[in-house]
Parts: sequence; C-alpha cells; structure tokens
Amino acid sequence: MLDIFKKQRQRYATVNPVTRDIPDGLWVKCPRCHEIQYSGELAKQLKVCARCGYHFRLSARERLKITIDEGTFIEWDGDMGPVNPFQNPEYGEKLARAQQESGLKEAVVTGEGDIAGHRVAVAVMDTRFMMASMGTVVGEKITRAIERAREKRLPLIIFSASGGARMQEGIFSLMQMTRTCAALSFFSSAGLLYISVLTDPTTGGVSASFAFAGDIILAEPGALIGFAGPRVIEQTIRQKLPEGFQSAEFLRQHGFVDAVVPRPLLKKTLAQILDLHRSD
Amino acid sequence: MVYDFERPIVELEEKIAELQRFAGEKGIDLSKEIENLEKKSRELKEAIFSQLSPWQKVLIARHPGRPNTLDYIKLLCTDFIEFHGDRCFGDDPAIVGGIARFRGRAVTVIGHMKGHDTKENLARNFGMAHPEGYRKALRLMQQAEKFKRPVLAFIDTPGAYPGMGAEERGQAHAISCCITGMLTLRVPVISVILGEGGSGGALALASGDRILMQEYAVFSVISPEAYASILWKDATRCQDAAGIMKITAQELYAYQLIDGIIPEPLGGAHRDKNEAARLVGEAIAHHLEELVGYSVEELLRRRFERFRRIGPEYLPGNDVT
Ligand SMILES: [Zn+2]
Repeated sequence: MLDIFKKQRQRYATVNPVTRDIPDGLWVKCPRCHEIQYSGELAKQLKVCARCGYHFRLSARERLKITIDEGTFIEWDGDMGPVNPFQNPEYGEKLARAQQESGLKEAVVTGEGDIAGHRVAVAVMDTRFMMASMGTVVGEKITRAIERAREKRLPLIIFSASGGARMQEGIFSLMQMTRTCAALSFFSSAGLLYISVLTDPTTGGVSASFAFAGDIILAEPGALIGFAGPRVIEQTIRQKLPEGFQSAEFLRQHGFVDAVVPRPLLKKTLAQILDLHRSD
Repeated sequence: MVYDFERPIVELEEKIAELQRFAGEKGIDLSKEIENLEKKSRELKEAIFSQLSPWQKVLIARHPGRPNTLDYIKLLCTDFIEFHGDRCFGDDPAIVGGIARFRGRAVTVIGHMKGHDTKENLARNFGMAHPEGYRKALRLMQQAEKFKRPVLAFIDTPGAYPGMGAEERGQAHAISCCITGMLTLRVPVISVILGEGGSGGALALASGDRILMQEYAVFSVISPEAYASILWKDATRCQDAAGIMKITAQELYAYQLIDGIIPEPLGGAHRDKNEAARLVGEAIAHHLEELVGYSVEELLRRRFERFRRIGPEYLPGNDVT
C-alpha cells in the first residue's frame, strides 16, 4: 500500500511543468470556434487555433521557449516564493495549491536571454498561478528584473498577463504598482528600451502600472486588456458589453497599443525592434 | 445621516440641546446638569470611538457628512482658484484641482471630489474618476513642477470608475501615467487620504513623498464588499473582510506603509469640520516644512527609497515555501 503511494508521488514529482497543462495525446477544444484539435499539432502552431486564429494562453515556460533562443535563458530569482503578510491561512492554502498546480513558485518568471541574438531582460507572467495577480513578490521580481536590466544596460521585455493586484496581500500588493513604476522611470531615464507585450488578460493593477508604461506597447490578437474587468463594468452599467470590447484590436483602434502582433510573428517583430534600437 | 453605533452619541447631544433651549426659554440655570451631560457625552464618544471595528471605520470614512476635498481646500487655504480640464477630452468633476495659498506658500491642490448628498454625488460621480480626471491631475502636477510649487493631493474615492467611456479613453494608461508622473515630480508632494482610499484610483494620487491618513480613513486594494463577494461569494461578509484586510490607518501605520495618522475630532471629522481641517493643516505644515528643506535630488532619492523598500524583505519570516 505504502509502496504504491510512493510510486504515485514520484510520478507526480517528475511531471514537466512545460507540458503539463496540455499533455501529449490529448484533444483540445478551441473556446472560440469549438474546433477540436490534437494538442501536439496545436503546440506546433504556438497554440494558435488553426481554424479561427484564437490565441490560447501560454504558461511562462512555453512563452520563454518560443521567444528566447534555445539554451540562452538564465533565470533570475527563481527561488523566490510568495509571502503571506497578514498570515491569512486561506491565502496560504491557495498559494500552496497554485504552486502545486503551476509548478512555479510565484506568478512571474524573470531572467535574461537572447532574442535572435539580441540579449534582453525578460519577465513573463503566468495566469495559471492565481490568475497572475500581482502580490509583493511578483512586484519584487519585476522590480529586480528592471533594476538588473538597468545595471546590465539590457533592453527589457515584459509579457504581461494579470487579473490585477493580489487582494490577499492588501496595500502591499497595491504599492507594487508604484514600486514597479518607480523602477521603470529610473530605467527609462538611463535611455534604455522597454517593450511591453500585453497578453490575455492584462487588467487591474498590472495594466494601470508597468504594463502601460512601455516605450513600445504590443498586444497579442484577441487579448483582453483594460483596467476594470468586463463583469465589473457590466454590473456597474447594467448592460452587456459589445463584442470585442477591451480586445487588443479595440485598444489599438482607440490609440492605446502600438501594434497587435499575431504570435507567429511576435519573435520576429521583437527582434526587428531590438535591431532598430541597437546602439553600435 | 447617523449610523447605529453613533446613535447614543446623537441622542445625548439632542438632549443637551433641548436642555439648553429649555433653560434659555424658562430662564432657569441648568448649567450644572448640562455640564454633566456634556461630560457624559465626551466619555460616551471616547468609549465608542476607541473601540471602532475596522468596518465601522469604513462607514465613518464613507460618511456623507464627512468634509470633502473642496471643504478642506477652502478651510486650509486662501486664494483658491479652481482649474478645469485635461486639455484633451474634457473636465472630470470627480477630481478637482487648482492653485491656492497654504500658510503663506503657493501650492497646487488636487483631489478626488465626493458630494455631501445624492445630487452632488451624481454630479461628482461619487468621486470615481475617469481618465480625463487623472490626466487633469497630472497636468496640474506638471504645472506645479514648472513653477516650483509643492503639491497637496487629497484622496477620497471608492475607486476609478469602471465604465465603458473610461475604458475607451484608457483608464489603465491614465492611472499608470499619473503614478509615474507623481513619482518623478521635482517638487514636494504630500498625499492625504481623507476618507476612502479605494484601489488603483486612489493610488494614482498617492505616489508622492508622504502618505498621511486621517484617523478614520481607510486605504484598500479592493472594497471589503468586493473582497467578500470574490473570495467568499458572499458580499454580506464585508465586516469580516474589513477585519482581515488591514485597511485602517492604524494597521497601515503599524506596517509602515503610510507616514502618519492625522487625528480627528472626537466622534469623527464630520462632527467638527473646522477642527478636522485644523488638524490636517498642522500635519501638512509639519511634513511640508521638512520636505522643502531637501534639494530636488535628495527629495527624489528619498521618495524612490520609500517605495523601493516595500518588498518581501520588509516582511521577515513570511516565506511559505
Ligand atoms: Zn478556433
């Protein structure tokens, strides 16, 4: 009995977080067009629906894999786990569950690596971890990444995705908006480039701080981007929002993003922008 | 408007007023009785207000009779001239601003604006700003910087308005710019949370050198009602939420997230707005005196350090992993 239990635990422990959310051999249904596709095929298409172009959400590791040149990524602060400032037991349980389910210690992965040979600092948020809400440690990791990018004089790319500030950490969470903006303004005054890539969904305290502070702001097609979430707006105005409201395309039309870039073109576009900012 | 927990205070105050009237009409000396009741009233206020629960503080912070930003500007400053508009889209009545003189010094004042009744509140959108409000605030801050005026920012909002127009005009972008704009301003900035400091909409005006809170003000990442409704699917548990969220001035000061608590008159600012304003004025003057003594570089260095330190190492022994 004990032996079997041990075996199971071992098997769980060796599951690779990169492939865990869509294991090989499974079929996946597109939430937009309902087309059923083989997950292996979908992964080859960078998780973009072959039929309707829907961009599935990526985990941080998947994003890094398709963005950063193979073998060049060095993670920063990978061992930093979350804090529970008010020792809230409900929150403690939630964190433990999020860590188990995502295989991550916190909702953002930061580090440095190459994009088509250009060295960059990068931060990627992962919605599988409590909808990538920003708590103290998410703010800290992003702040540190910005500071390190400044020290190393590297361009900075942040792939944002978030439901907003993490309410269980109270004002500590809210203040991360100010902290990250402070680090960015210091970074910016050094004449360095920050490309903000908005992915599905970018809302709340993240959109209202570093996500909209980019020199260049790109967005993935169909991504939900805004300050308030659509449900909160619908409850406030007591009517349904029109189709496409707060989509990346809507934001571009209203003048808030520079370009909406389909995922298969994103790495190339980033490389092109980086090349145009080369300082040699 | 009177909350249940305030009712004994109000009843006693009514009784005192009645006795005074009676004494005046009949020409009898009731001064001893009145004095006794006044003493009792003070003791009652002290007893009730020394034991307010976090939720009761939320209610005081939201009290419609609580002095609002324009009340304070008028009581604290002379020569106030209101300036309107973001020079881009429109004028947001939920945020007011302008220039004035505070204790001899020209200052720029900005702040969220709530009304005292439903009609005023509808006109002010309950102090919930649109992007043009934050852009007006930013414009006035940058004007202050040009003319080397300190900025006094008053915070009193349930949050930024979650509506269609607000999203179309870039609410998130406007708040982000306001935060960064205030952070990098080359003049002293003092933020005072007067009532409700709700979420990002409040934070937009709280990135300066000092964040002060009135004694019964609250500052939160989300309203206790929304916290209870999202986490427990039950908005009626807002009292429990207020308790565990750490949103009162006293709790936030203990965590060193704010720089000072401004005392309020006994029974709350709405019981004596002149005294409330005097206390706010004293606190602002004290901090302003210190800030104007710094060189611009020193001011900015200290401001950035203040926010830099609010990280996890601030909370030792908290790692859950
Ligand atoms: Zn599809």
